[in-house]
Amino acid sequence: MDEDEKWMDCADSEWTKEKNLTAPVNKLEDKWKLVPAFLKVKGLVKQHIDSYNYFINCEIKKIVNANNKVTTDADTVFYLKYLNVYVGNPDIEESFNVTKPTYPHECRLRDLTYSAPIVVDIEYTRGAQRIRRQKLPIGRVPVMLRSSICVLNGKSPVELAKYNECPIDPGGYFIVKGVEKVILIQEQLSKNRMILEVDNKGNALSYIGSRVRQRKWGAKKLPVDEARDLLANVVLSHIPSILDDKDYYGNKRLELAGQLLALLFEDLFKKFNSELKSIAEKNIPKQRAGPVNMNLRFLEFDIVKYMRQDQITNGFNLALTTGNWSIKRYKMDRAGVTQVLSRLSYLSALGMMTRISSQFEKTRKVSGPRSLQPSQWGMLCPSDTPEGEACGLVKNLALMTHITTDSDDKIIINLLFNLGVEDINLLSGEELSLPHIYIVYVNGYVLGAARNYKKLIRTFRLLRRDIKTAQVKRILYLIANYINEFVSIYPNHTYRQINIALDGGRVCRPYIIVKSEKPLVTIKHIEELSQGIRSFDDFIRNGLIEYLDVNEENDCNIALYESDINSKTTHLDIEPFTILGVCAGLIPFPHHNQSPRNTYQCAMGKQAIGTIGYNQRNRIDTVLYQLVYPQVPLVKTKTIDLIEFDKLPAGQNAIIAVMSYSGYDIEDAVILNKASVDRGPQADAQTGKTIWKHKVLDADGICMPGEKVESKQILINKSIPSVTSTPIAGTGQKLLQPEYIDMPMTYRGPTDAYVENVMISSNNDEAFLIKTLLRSSRRPEIGDKFSSRHGQKGVCGLIVNQEDMPFTDQIMNPHGFPSRMTVGKLMEVIGGKASLLDGKFRYGTAFDGDKLEDLCQTLIDYNYSYAGKDYLTSGITGEGLSAYIFFGPVYYQRLKHMVLDKMHARAKGPRAVLTRQPTEGRSRDGGLRLGEMERDCLIAYGTSMLLVERLMISSDAFEVDVCNNCGLLAYSKWCHYCHSSCHVSSLQIPYACKLLFQELQSMNIIPRLSLTQYIQ
Amino acid sequence: MATQTAQLRTRVQLEEYQVKNTHTVDFPGAFHGYDDAWSLNSFRKNFKIEIIKVDNEEMEFDMIGIDASIANAYRRIMLSEVPAMAIEKVVIHNNTSIIQDEVLAHRLGLIPIAADPKLFDNFNPGDTPTNKNSITFTLQIKCIRNRSAHSDATDPEELYINSKVTTKDLKLKYNEDQDNAIPNKDIRPVHEDILIAKLRPGQEIDLEMICVKGTGADHAKFSPVGNNLYLLVWLMPEIILKQAVTGKRAKRLAKCFPEGVIGIKEIKGIKTAYIDKPRLDTCSRQVLRDPELKEHVILNKIRDHFIFCIESTGSIPPADIFRESVKILRQKCHKFLEEVNRNAISDDT
Repeated sequence: MDEDEKWMDCADSEWTKEKNLTAPVNKLEDKWKLVPAFLKVKGLVKQHIDSYNYFINCEIKKIVNANNKVTTDADTVFYLKYLNVYVGNPDIEESFNVTKPTYPHECRLRDLTYSAPIVVDIEYTRGAQRIRRQKLPIGRVPVMLRSSICVLNGKSPVELAKYNECPIDPGGYFIVKGVEKVILIQEQLSKNRMILEVDNKGNALSYIGSRVRQRKWGAKKLPVDEARDLLANVVLSHIPSILDDKDYYGNKRLELAGQLLALLFEDLFKKFNSELKSIAEKNIPKQRAGPVNMNLRFLEFDIVKYMRQDQITNGFNLALTTGNWSIKRYKMDRAGVTQVLSRLSYLSALGMMTRISSQFEKTRKVSGPRSLQPSQWGMLCPSDTPEGEACGLVKNLALMTHITTDSDDKIIINLLFNLGVEDINLLSGEELSLPHIYIVYVNGYVLGAARNYKKLIRTFRLLRRDIKTAQVKRILYLIANYINEFVSIYPNHTYRQINIALDGGRVCRPYIIVKSEKPLVTIKHIEELSQGIRSFDDFIRNGLIEYLDVNEENDCNIALYESDINSKTTHLDIEPFTILGVCAGLIPFPHHNQSPRNTYQCAMGKQAIGTIGYNQRNRIDTVLYQLVYPQVPLVKTKTIDLIEFDKLPAGQNAIIAVMSYSGYDIEDAVILNKASVDRGPQADAQTGKTIWKHKVLDADGICMPGEKVESKQILINKSIPSVTSTPIAGTGQKLLQPEYIDMPMTYRGPTDAYVENVMISSNNDEAFLIKTLLRSSRRPEIGDKFSSRHGQKGVCGLIVNQEDMPFTDQIMNPHGFPSRMTVGKLMEVIGGKASLLDGKFRYGTAFDGDKLEDLCQTLIDYNYSYAGKDYLTSGITGEGLSAYIFFGPVYYQRLKHMVLDKMHARAKGPRAVLTRQPTEGRSRDGGLRLGEMERDCLIAYGTSMLLVERLMISSDAFEVDVCNNCGLLAYSKWCHYCHSSCHVSSLQIPYACKLLFQELQSMNIIPRLSLTQYIQ
Repeated sequence: MATQTAQLRTRVQLEEYQVKNTHTVDFPGAFHGYDDAWSLNSFRKNFKIEIIKVDNEEMEFDMIGIDASIANAYRRIMLSEVPAMAIEKVVIHNNTSIIQDEVLAHRLGLIPIAADPKLFDNFNPGDTPTNKNSITFTLQIKCIRNRSAHSDATDPEELYINSKVTTKDLKLKYNEDQDNAIPNKDIRPVHEDILIAKLRPGQEIDLEMICVKGTGADHAKFSPVGNNLYLLVWLMPEIILKQAVTGKRAKRLAKCFPEGVIGIKEIKGIKTAYIDKPRLDTCSRQVLRDPELKEHVILNKIRDHFIFCIESTGSIPPADIFRESVKILRQKCHKFLEEVNRNAISDDT
């Protein structure tokens, strides 16, 4: 043991000494309290905000610095130099050069972009002069809500309320032209890393194979195999043939809003500069050629006059609104990067912020990238992924995942050299291939070699963990700043590598450090945390908790529970339920459910109607669903508390009985109690429809709040002028008397609505903006969709009178259980019943939660059957039911799909102009198509007249005159070809058929009709 | 044999996993040796009503010696056919509170109104509201700042005046249109403290409410028993101990039932369990989980012994609700008989 290792051990013993003083008496049961502490510091969407802040505060400066000079060949003296760049406060341009500070909700309502100016300090030459200008705006960048430059940053709930903002809203999105836009997290392969994989196309191999001389002996081989052999045995014989897994999550990097915006900005800024350069090149010679008058300063070329803001502004806005990130400079062409933030419910907005979309392999049917990788454990939610096309490609972050941002490598490189890494350039090949020599890579670049890799890694981790220990050992002078907590170090024994990663986009997760089989976090620490003396950052700073990324996790031995700790354990998981994301976190007892059910619920929870934010009544969205009496679920989970779902709930605790009733409950249909519906549960108000139009009459022409609007009534009685041109002065043009055409805004809807609110404002183009908010109440009816939190959706099949029902709100068919295996729902019923009886919430947290025995005991204590099944009486006969009925409260969600929005029927109605066939689709009051397969059925059945009726008479029947002499279409009983009317007869054909004939004629093909007598 | 048949005929048996003999079997010819033909005399002899408890809000009574269909008919009628008064129309003059008009109207509708529906006529669509067919309430309230509030007060109730609108704020309005006096000056919402809405300074509610007579079949708000409370009808439990349960087992047995169901007394110095108040049993079947006690106990329900527990919303006393239901059932029977007789006559001709 050399000296260094001794002090390492000494440090260990110090740890143990400290431990003995505060040795945990009982188990660390409250370690889950670290999760809220983590979320308090990091927030739910901290990844986005961190990344954006990094862009605004650091990266933008780096980009401008890298491109800070504009020069031209036309004038060697001329230059433009950027001295500094920063982003101002969010504001809006009221008129030219007049700005007003703004806040997000104003932008939402007025269809504005929530953005801030990018301001530069410059130095440039004008003629012979050198001029410095400060605070010159070059463009505007959209501001991410709750970022460091957002007005909402660091505000208290009271202050947020003044801004009309919900304190629970996580932020992390943008507002572009009044629309909330999210830049989805993009998943990519890591850059500058070697990843070995099999060449699937075989192009390279066959190319090499064709160039290899065939061996004379042995069996003949295909050129491809030949090449493979050659590569493996001759060229790369020193490399062990181990392929990398591309889907391994350590090889992935997540790109966030900040990085994407940085790329965009770099491109726009370069474009901006090159444009300035070309303007300078164009104008400087011109001005030189002009009148030589040194006194006329204005004639001198002034670059500032040509600095137009709109290029950068529009570039950002366009990318955010369309979601197309096409930057040719970087060969980047992506679509669908941004999405409109879904505001169906609080959960849907939150779920969107944690969503990760994968860049490649959209349509390919490969299973690799879609399947759940073991390395995603703890980083990505195993349940939350859509079904169908994007299954497994769209993922969601787990609760405690953190995504790194770039950090400076200079300190690290310095430190590594000081820790005994030898520069690669000083070593010979022989030395490098010694078995105990490990090559050190920083971000994929070779840095040097280490003799004692174990010591290097240990010291490095120690320095990362604990600045105090480093001080004790007087190593601090080695490093200017201690190592960033997100830097990871891990060895690769096959390649004898030590990889140090400090690039952005790695996913990592905090773990409790274990030393000498004891977690460093003790009950004392947790108590301090509960008292508020300690924050999550203190745990990191004191080296009790550290972040591990996917790669470093592989070099660790992580225990899930304290009881699992053995001599090899290095870390302890903070709380197992955090492997789930926000959507899956809502499910009670998910570890008792069949896994696809949890996945279904993740998709469905986002459609649940509820509350979307404290500011919901101030919002004017296209559609906004609200539940009138939302309730907190009786069976909660820790995640529900953490994400504050209990403050913005979406659902109600309905008493359900699991029994068969009538037959209107087959195929997952539910039966509702009419009295329950009468008394209000699930009734919901929906507000909707915004109207935007340019010109406006006076206020009297706009509907009044509180009024009832029936379908086809006018909401805004506006008219537009038919003449828009104003005469140019001096041309003698007369001012035309403006004529106005009525263009009333009418309401169309299946039911009456009420005017909730009217907003009159102006948008950025100083055009009038009127938004009317309409509201309609939706009482639950047959066909509306409901769902519990276990992926058990169903439509309402029947609403039954109270006296006919058992004493419950809802009846659910028991056939829903055996095949779905949602045991969690059964447990929720019992848990809910227990919480009703003693008035305390129950917890169904994943891998934790209340024990079933305890729940049953509560039922027994209150004289209910332990199984949750009770004797019920039939409401119809008054006799007892011959089975005990399992019933109790279940948290039910009302989903946004309602029959009122979907019902559709047509007898007669609009037709398409070209074909004269009925229009298609509900929105156009269209017909229902009798398609090819239906047609086939009618043909097979032989009902030819029905076929004629469906396909022609009820569709596009058309009376034509046909001349039997020439076979062409005649008009008005007169054949224009034969100049006679004696052979003309009239018949019915589909209009589409007539169109075909005419189209053929236009192509010089003459279709001739020959007619015979129908009855001979 | 006879006891077995008697058990079959008169008891519903609660087993561990199922309920046995739930159906009525006292129709003629169902059992050999029993004359089940219906006779008024035997009904008179067997039928009993025992009132356990009556007050203005709650009533509990036993109805013994009756078929489930009849007992259930009373329950159904009480739930949905006994009329009561409730707010049906709301004329909103002004509502600047955050509660939407429809939701506010719905909330008002659910307020139980103490008024005897017998004193009112039916209100048909198109009728003008009069004192004879409706009751009118008004609600005019505005929230303002409380100037005398303590400077560091945070409670909205102290900071503002009228921050909560409750049923107390409803005012009875006399229709002046006719001589008909209001039948009863005591008409008011049953409870004074039902929260209708919360207001903040500047918000105002001004509306007029018209209460009419209706039944629970129309809307649950008219149900005199259903609104917030309940109406329950269940069968009288019966617990039979097959043999004496003594000592520790007796204690264990008592624990399996709600308090008071099983009593323990000393017989010859041995603590012995006896059935004290079976009506308190909740049918939790906890005793059947005990492998030992299971053998000693039979859990039954007496098929023709109904316990009615009527809890009124307060608008009508529970005894009146029941009396009303009897009247309604009688009317229905009369109407049915009329129909039957008329058809019988027309068949003859």
